[in-house]
Amino acid sequence: MTELNTEDRHVISVVVDNEFGALARVVSLFSARGYNIETLSVAVIDSQDNLSRMTITTYGSQEVIDLIIKLLHRLVAVHDVTDLTNSGPFLEKECALIKVSINEKNKDEVLRIAHTQKAKLLNHTNDYMIFELTDGFSRIRAFISLLEPYGILETSRTGYAALPL
Amino acid sequence: MSDQYIGADILIKALLDNGIDTIFGYPGGAVLPIYDELFKQNKLRHILVRHEQAAAHAAEGYARSTGKIGALLVTSGPGATNTITGLTDAMLDSIPIICITGQVPSALIGTDAFQEADTIGLTRSCTKHNYLVKDVNAIEKTVHESVMIATTGRPGPVLIDIPKDILNRKASYKKLTKVDRPSYKPYQIYKEHNVAAIEEAVELIMKAKKPVFYTGGGVINSGQEAAKLLTELVDFTGFPITSTLMGLGGYTSGDEKFLGMLGMHGTYEANMAMAECDVMINVGARFDDRITGRTDKFSLASKKIHVDIDDSSINKNIDVDIKLVGDAKDIVKQLLFSLKKRDTSKLKDNTKKWWKTISDWRKADSLGFQQEGELIKPQFAIQSLYEQTNKLSPIIGTDVGQHQMWAAQYFKFSSPNKWLTSGGLGTMGYGMPACMGAQIANPDALVCCVSGEASIQMNIQELSTIKQYRLPVKIFILNNGYMGMVRQWQELFHGDRYSESYMDALPDFVKLAESYGIKGIRCDKSEDLQDKIKEMIDYQGPVVFDCIVDPRENVYPMIPAGAAHYEIELGPDHKQDIELDKNRV
Repeated sequence: MTELNTEDRHVISVVVDNEFGALARVVSLFSARGYNIETLSVAVIDSQDNLSRMTITTYGSQEVIDLIIKLLHRLVAVHDVTDLTNSGPFLEKECALIKVSINEKNKDEVLRIAHTQKAKLLNHTNDYMIFELTDGFSRIRAFISLLEPYGILETSRTGYAALPL
Repeated sequence: MSDQYIGADILIKALLDNGIDTIFGYPGGAVLPIYDELFKQNKLRHILVRHEQAAAHAAEGYARSTGKIGALLVTSGPGATNTITGLTDAMLDSIPIICITGQVPSALIGTDAFQEADTIGLTRSCTKHNYLVKDVNAIEKTVHESVMIATTGRPGPVLIDIPKDILNRKASYKKLTKVDRPSYKPYQIYKEHNVAAIEEAVELIMKAKKPVFYTGGGVINSGQEAAKLLTELVDFTGFPITSTLMGLGGYTSGDEKFLGMLGMHGTYEANMAMAECDVMINVGARFDDRITGRTDKFSLASKKIHVDIDDSSINKNIDVDIKLVGDAKDIVKQLLFSLKKRDTSKLKDNTKKWWKTISDWRKADSLGFQQEGELIKPQFAIQSLYEQTNKLSPIIGTDVGQHQMWAAQYFKFSSPNKWLTSGGLGTMGYGMPACMGAQIANPDALVCCVSGEASIQMNIQELSTIKQYRLPVKIFILNNGYMGMVRQWQELFHGDRYSESYMDALPDFVKLAESYGIKGIRCDKSEDLQDKIKEMIDYQGPVVFDCIVDPRENVYPMIPAGAAHYEIELGPDHKQDIELDKNRV
């Protein structure tokens, strides 16, 4: 289930024709209004009809988000737009890869944290471990903050994918 | 195997099959294959402009004066970048135009090649949609789709960028008749929602005591039928009507129910009616900041109905009570239909008191002016031009500034497609090329460009195009030696510090016209004005009319930027008349 803690956070799902320029047009509607896109994921979802889904998370007032959604509807390549945050329950997942610094003394502790958070150990050396965690908004944030004291060397996140329930 | 044609030929065939028979353009390296094909045929007429910006405005003028799509053709790089002002202008005023740009050969894209620009990137935010064609087989479909997108829903500019090698490659011509773009849904999705909203809107109309119609460019874009239906609706209800700058001509301006234009330089009665109404019926206007003034003081007591083809215009600047998304003519028709099913015998009685109030406001005579002495008042010049041209049903274009506002105030239009002006973007240099486009489309019409000595210089090179095609456009320059509107704001808001607004080193416009082989007329005395205007109208070819006017005149009424409607200021002679009303509001 969704675990929002910020009222202004919106998860917007956009189905578009999979063609060049579509992403740029979508993104510029946000940037032209000084709105930052927090996460963005794009992938083909229907290869026969050549459709992609973009899942965008952003922070903004309801009025501006409503306007952006109307403007998204107006784009020629856009088939469908949903503000998931405002359309009932939905599910969202993100995959995060986190490279955390370790040493002989604390590596068991780090592994224990990873285990309780259900993160997967993908790779490790004497100096670092790389974990994968695929989960919702607040769980990933919680995991990162638990690892922060050990020193996070690098992070890569996919951005959220989301579907209504 | 079917007949094979090169891409440039397919492009021309597809344009023709979409009813496009005129294209404004300027050649260059990347589009030479198209120019070669143009040379070999005689169905698509090419009009050679002198600057690509003018090609875009000419296409706009063509579109605005006919209700059809306008077209332009330019080369890559600077050719494309020069059209950006025109494309943005068409975007803001919802004018359907199609722009074909050449691009460097596919293999050179992204290499900073000679005359390469990222046209698709540069024009993304100033087009309704744009395309980079990477396959010769896609040219035909892309043209059809572009025309459909430019002309349906809320109209706008569409650009097609075609690399030179694609123009030279061969493919078959399929003679498509229908294109399908499932993702493009201009407004059909709202039809069901409207059924209930129409009834709610009619309920409000039935109960209104102080109603006003506020109409805009959407009526013009919807076409002649929309104007006809709107007139029927206004006559049926007996309600007052005001129009935005872009909407002029949507309703007969000479009619008793027309309050004049509203907004920053609108009439006193129109703005007061907006401020005090109880039901506002917006048809095809978008609550622009030049109309609303201060939004938190905007018409607080009214219920608002908004008819717009573009859902994103609704509740954008002003929250409304009833939204009706759709084409103006469809919605107005439905409103009329629903209204006529009811007992409307009391409808006109409901507004008697309101009309009394309006007639009191009208006494302020907010457009009144005094022409005294030899020096020509600009208002007098425009009024005279209107009176002498009116019976000829002229097409009037303008540039941007004081002259534009005076033209909007003193010309009375009685049908759509007669008024060409840059409303949204406010583009100086729009007027003369737009008038060229209108004259090409309407060869027998009297086309008159009202301009200023500053604006006209922004596309003055087009005198050459006017000469080449013998376009009998009348260019009427209100010459006050200043960028008048800039000077006005400097006088009112910047302590008379006329920073850089004086137009020094002006050309002699009469001699300038003559150097192009065009007739020039100068008038600097009020007593000569009527005869000289007549001389201009009677002359068979193009004329540049240099009308020297009083440089101290300001445009009134004026609602200062960010002020409320009831803070409207009348001219210096009027001030006291409205004190009472201000206190009342």
